[in-house]
Amino acid sequence: MELVTSTQSDIQIVAVHGPRIDAAVALMFKDGMRNITEGRNGTVLLDLNQVDFIDSSGLGAIVAAMKDLSPDRRLVLAGLRPAVDKVFRLTRMDTVFGVFSTVEAALTDLR
Amino acid sequence: MPNREKFTSFTVSLAGVETAVCNAISQTAAQLAILGLSEDEMITIQLVLAEALNNIIEHALPYVGKPTGIRIKADYNACGLDLVITDEGAPMRNHALPNPPAPDINVDIAMMPEGGFGWFMIRSLVQDVSYRRKDGLNHLTLRLAVGG
Repeated sequence: MELVTSTQSDIQIVAVHGPRIDAAVALMFKDGMRNITEGRNGTVLLDLNQVDFIDSSGLGAIVAAMKDLSPDRRLVLAGLRPAVDKVFRLTRMDTVFGVFSTVEAALTDLR
Repeated sequence: MPNREKFTSFTVSLAGVETAVCNAISQTAAQLAILGLSEDEMITIQLVLAEALNNIIEHALPYVGKPTGIRIKADYNACGLDLVITDEGAPMRNHALPNPPAPDINVDIAMMPEGGFGWFMIRSLVQDVSYRRKDGLNHLTLRLAVGG
């Protein structure tokens, strides 16, 4: 898994390049998020469009990333594919995060 | 419609480590493809398998003290899909399945739960789940009402 970052309109976009955030890579994801967001400001937009699957460990890692960033920075999500969306809805975590259909939709709303 | 006639039951074996889970789920999904289930049904199957396997690896197998494997047996019948997962790890506490409520998410961000979703997810997604300890093995049967 690789995390790739870019910035648009003061929003830090972090794209997850990898098909899964599961128990095997949850720790790597958590550490990677901490490193890539360190010393910066503003909302973080997590682009999950390339992620086909997460399990509850992956969900926990995304929640951990949100807690790491708070209270100064907000974590919002974009591009949830069907399996990822299902986990967020099942656990009602979709009500905790800002969830956008695409990165573009998120940027339009957050700008 | 599910293609039941062409389906024969099968077994997938994996090493009892986190890094083996993804491949075992893919293998199981590939063998189930012949049933022609919907995308959402296939997602449900993969989620249930991931959570059940992770639980076994995290909670049951560390007590074995040596490398050990897990077996997934899949059988499709008139009641749906039965996935029987067998391992030689520690028995379930009180020989009973956990039935925790959904973790409370109406809390401050600092208190937001990062775990405890596994069994809630399994129970939400299956039609039935049962557990049996026999001959030193755990047998977890997950019944999924798919292909109906």
